[in-house]
Amino acid sequence: MKPLTQLPVLLCGLLSAFLPWAGAAFEAKSGYEFIKPDTRAMQDDDFENPGMLTVEQGMELFNTRQAGAEKACSDCHGADGEKLDTAGIARYPVYDSEAKEIISLQKRIRNCRDNIGSTPLPANDPELIALETFVRNRAFGEAVNVQTGGEVAELLERGEKLYQTRYGLIDMSCAHCHTLYPGQMIRGQKISQGQGNGFPAYRLDTGEMANLDQRIQQCLTLMRAEPFDAESEEIRLMGLYIMSRSNGLAIETPAVRY
Amino acid sequence: MRLRSTPAMLLLFALSPLETGAEQAAPLPADYCAWEVADYAIEEPLCGLSGDARRGREIATDSHRGNCLACHELPIPGIEAYGTIGPPLQGIAARLTEPQIRLRVVDTRNINPMSIMPGFYRDPRLINRPGKAYRGRTFLTAQQVEDVIAYLVTLK
Repeated sequence: MKPLTQLPVLLCGLLSAFLPWAGAAFEAKSGYEFIKPDTRAMQDDDFENPGMLTVEQGMELFNTRQAGAEKACSDCHGADGEKLDTAGIARYPVYDSEAKEIISLQKRIRNCRDNIGSTPLPANDPELIALETFVRNRAFGEAVNVQTGGEVAELLERGEKLYQTRYGLIDMSCAHCHTLYPGQMIRGQKISQGQGNGFPAYRLDTGEMANLDQRIQQCLTLMRAEPFDAESEEIRLMGLYIMSRSNGLAIETPAVRY
Repeated sequence: MRLRSTPAMLLLFALSPLETGAEQAAPLPADYCAWEVADYAIEEPLCGLSGDARRGREIATDSHRGNCLACHELPIPGIEAYGTIGPPLQGIAARLTEPQIRLRVVDTRNINPMSIMPGFYRDPRLINRPGKAYRGRTFLTAQQVEDVIAYLVTLK
């Protein structure tokens, strides 16, 4: 049966010939593989990892009655989120077919807060980042599992187009760095695949936490481009697409990244 | 005028579904000098300027200006944090003529449309979604580009 065993290889070769960014078969690798050894050590040590402070802050918020509301998140989801469905967390961003919108994990938390009558918080408010970091951290080690089929397929195509579009005076697309050149050095840093599994992450460059949407905005600003707004369609599509590229990678929140 | 390159570039933009229109409207800066590609090279110095190699080396290494080191290795002692995305530039002038180097610095996408390298004197009207502070601007000025070229032609 020798010829049959080669069939998958042949098919892969044929398929890749038709992909727009043809070439290397894409194997997802966490940003962890690209950071320096001392950055890895920092991430791995809960006392050294600055992101763990945000996890703790998020846990406190989670267990406390939300401003303006009668309830705490923990009233439904258990103290310290013990009733949260970690496999469900790993599926974010998800597509809500009734509302016809992409729901990021933070958006889900915001919706939940709104439902219990809390004082609304703007997108990426530090309290929301803390809650998002805490909730995502509950699913630490779960494999990212974003839906790719069904009605999401078309959204991913649009996200991929945005990913491959050049932006700003520096005039590069996300794909230029993160699909064509991962592993190469840019000044003193190794270029990663731009995966989403570590976010929200602590950034050494800014000294702050950033979720994936903020990281995309920061990258666009670095390209001397006008970043897309926090709640824009473009940010949602890019966030969905980028996280889908991370399918199968273990959630590392809070990662430490340059 | 950029007769050879512009139609292809405009076609690419026309095919993109993501253009928002408003950001594209930045006018060409008054001091922008048109340049002409022939034989994969730009023969004439931008705006007829002559470059200064010493200034060019400073621009090439300055992360706020040319930032060549972000992607290329340069034969400058003591610098370790260079990039490996583009080819090392040691010996570039032995491989390419000055007009060929000029096109690669000005807008290398005339040679490779997929290139990651920014066009340092690319037509600003072709830039998608420039940040507010960067609208209608080139990456470097014509003088800075000529300075960098003057430096690069010393790398034999």
